Amino acid sequence: MDSEFAKRRRRELIVALCLAAIAATVPLFVKDVYVQNIMVLTLMWGALSQSWNILSGYCGQISLGHALYFGLGAYTTTLLFTKFGVLPWFGMLGGGLISAVIAMALGYPCFRLRGHYFVIATIVIAEIGLLLFHNWDWAGAALGIDIPVRGDSWMKFQFTRSKLPYFYFALGLACVAWFVTWWLEDSKWGYWWRAVKDNPEAAESLGVVVFNSKMGAAAVSAFLVAIGGSFYAQFVSYIDPESVMGFQFSLLMALPAVLGGIGTLWGPLLGAVILIPLTELTRSFIGGSGRGVDLIVYGGLIVAISLARPQGLIGLFSPKRKEAAR
Amino acid sequence: MGLLYGLIAVGLALIFGLMDVVNFAHGEFLMIAMYATFFLFAFFAIDPLLAAPLVAAALFVFGAVIYLFIVRFAVRAKANAGMVQIFSTFGLAIVMRGLAQFFFTPDYRSVPHSWLGGKTISIGGIFLPEPQLVGAALSIAAFGALYFFINRTDFGRALEATREDAGAVALVGIDKNRVFALGWGLGAALVGLAGAIMAIFFYIYPDVGASFALIAYVTVALGGFGSVFGAFAGGIIVGLVEATTAMILPPSLKSVGIYAVYLLVVFVRPRGLFGSM
Repeated sequence: MDSEFAKRRRRELIVALCLAAIAATVPLFVKDVYVQNIMVLTLMWGALSQSWNILSGYCGQISLGHALYFGLGAYTTTLLFTKFGVLPWFGMLGGGLISAVIAMALGYPCFRLRGHYFVIATIVIAEIGLLLFHNWDWAGAALGIDIPVRGDSWMKFQFTRSKLPYFYFALGLACVAWFVTWWLEDSKWGYWWRAVKDNPEAAESLGVVVFNSKMGAAAVSAFLVAIGGSFYAQFVSYIDPESVMGFQFSLLMALPAVLGGIGTLWGPLLGAVILIPLTELTRSFIGGSGRGVDLIVYGGLIVAISLARPQGLIGLFSPKRKEAAR
Repeated sequence: MGLLYGLIAVGLALIFGLMDVVNFAHGEFLMIAMYATFFLFAFFAIDPLLAAPLVAAALFVFGAVIYLFIVRFAVRAKANAGMVQIFSTFGLAIVMRGLAQFFFTPDYRSVPHSWLGGKTISIGGIFLPEPQLVGAALSIAAFGALYFFINRTDFGRALEATREDAGAVALVGIDKNRVFALGWGLGAALVGLAGAIMAIFFYIYPDVGASFALIAYVTVALGGFGSVFGAFAGGIIVGLVEATTAMILPPSLKSVGIYAVYLLVVFVRPRGLFGSM
């Protein structure tokens, strides 16, 4: 049994490495900038969803306020860069750390809440963050901040000539998020989280420190999401409160995981690979009219998929995993 | 305003109390009701006050249909039931917003003049706008009717019983789906009523629901999930808090006060003011 499990985990790692290698070669064949753009976004949302999945999927604390950490990452990097000239690399780390600390500070009161009370608290907190940034003049208030172009280099994390470096960074981020999840799945934390998700009282009685394990999940999750936010800010080179902290970002992070299979290793990536190109394509092909047809299609798909496959699409691939995902 | 929030929230609380489903398309129900009121006025010159019962009836049917075609299946889901509910109703919200954009265009509309629009009344030197006053009165009346309905009629008891134990209720010969569909209809009808009143003094556009939905969730949670009375009380509190914050903070921050009060309340009392676990 044990060796069987170890074998499965090793196989997953190998599959992931192969997929990453294949993904890395794709831009060599696909030169179309529009398609490359979609690939960057897909990888980024995959990574974000994977990070969201750590707190909400594995630990069962459904957060619909992760846009706060996304926005904090974006704002920290951008403000440090435009106001103090700090390189985005340090900004990224700073944003990640700030987000992790804030996630724990907010977790302290919030983790006492259950079910819908918790979900609504996360939404409300993110919304407060959004409103505060809206009114914070030093941070550009509602107008947002344009990130000035200061060259084209890895050091400054700005690339004007090609999307490829962004692609590779997004790929790296997705790999890191996947690997962290993979690694945590079989760690003490991973088991704790699943225990907390299934039955907090039983977990507590067996000596799992429920509160601390929720805090751990929140910190890891927020850190990774903030890195994604920093990346996004550099990628689009313009941020305003609505575009990095809006409620839709919290949902966009959750959707791929829900679609692919929440609380599973591959679910978020699978979901992102399906959902993000779909979103982008419906937006550009039928959304041009500005009349909301893309919304109708997109929303209809969400309804259909969530009703037809509540356990996520990952269940289609391995029937054995079905029980595990529960 | 608080009473209207209460009315919007009571519909949500009813649906939640019934079967633990949070309707994430609640704001869009409101939006539809506002459009319906607008078109009744624009084409047939029916004053929003007269339109209110019509709109409520239409929303009743709409809510019941949504339950039968979507929510029924979401509740049945065995895996990740919570997420399925959130995302199926949320997907529905996106569709409804898209449809509204498609048919009604994103333009802002308003009901130009109703019997009450713009009039004010003076009570002891305090000037109050009439539409809001009538809205408040209607909200209280609707809440009273609902309270009576739930506590005094057979259907209300069936609702209550189905909520307690759907399995046992089936044995007595009550069709669970019918009761739930009626409950959804009732919840939607209340939103319909609120929408019709709000159409008098708010602009109508496809995203209008979103701005009220979060406040509705906060209101319900503040009062305590599952408590219809709590939702109404929550609405009044939210209205008062909003008015107070609007005086202290810049207008764009007025919702911060509501959110802060919500957080304070649930941190002290994790099941809301009137909620029972």
